[in-house]
Amino acid sequence: MAERLSPLGAAFRPGMHGGPGAGPGVRLSEVTPPSIMEATAWPGRKGALAEAISAVTGLSLSARPNAGAVSAEASAFSIAPERFLVCGGAELPARLAAAITIETGTVVDLSHGRTALRIAGPRAEWVLSKLFAVDVAPAAFPVAEARATSHHEIFAQIQRTGPDQFDIFVFRSFARAFWTMLCDAAEEVGYEAAG
Amino acid sequence: MLISCPYCGPRDLSEFSYQGDASRMRPDAASTDIKAWHDYVYNRPNPAGPHREYWQHTAGCRAHLIVTRDTLTHEIHEVTFARAALRAVGGRP
Repeated sequence: MAERLSPLGAAFRPGMHGGPGAGPGVRLSEVTPPSIMEATAWPGRKGALAEAISAVTGLSLSARPNAGAVSAEASAFSIAPERFLVCGGAELPARLAAAITIETGTVVDLSHGRTALRIAGPRAEWVLSKLFAVDVAPAAFPVAEARATSHHEIFAQIQRTGPDQFDIFVFRSFARAFWTMLCDAAEEVGYEAAG
Repeated sequence: MLISCPYCGPRDLSEFSYQGDASRMRPDAASTDIKAWHDYVYNRPNPAGPHREYWQHTAGCRAHLIVTRDTLTHEIHEVTFARAALRAVGGRP
């Protein structure tokens, strides 16, 4: 398998940037997991798909719209009426493909096609609400849930992975442009770019 | 203009793509009825009022939708998944 390089290149500048000077408002990092898969259920089979993903990853995944689940080893979230994005270790694609039978649905390995960027910290909601027309308040967007939306033409799938932490999945070829814009948006609150 | 996606909830118009008139029914593929095909391809009622339309939530969940929109006021009367609506009429657009 080809070795993956970070798509951020020279746009990734570690350290503290911007802000009023009283510590960073957010921390930005790339958190692309070893494997990213899109699992799709046949019509009416989303519950069975959620069970199959849960059995392989140890997550407790629901078939509800926007539902998700997070653990130390894996994460998964619903991105469409019959679809989940599933993240985990390097061995996960083979195990997931074996667990999702042809009667349930299909799975496609997107590990080399998506980049995950994490924004965390007390001002994460503020920065995200400048970029996306979705409600990011905890009552409207609880931990583990996900939203599929876009920033202008950059398609983004966002999972809230902590009270003040979001993982944003973008197409790999857009990752550097999106990262640069995320840095610009975080400039006013101060940000720390970390590996 | 906001469209309430049945999966995602209310989202801005910019996330959606218009996919055409959903009020017409395609003739059977084996049909040689020239008038039926002509009406299907060219004739549009162009109503001033509620209109059934295909939309896709391209920048969200990517689902195809059937939206009933008022062409005078842009009021959205109803949004459903296109797949469910098509199944009700035998799966033909």
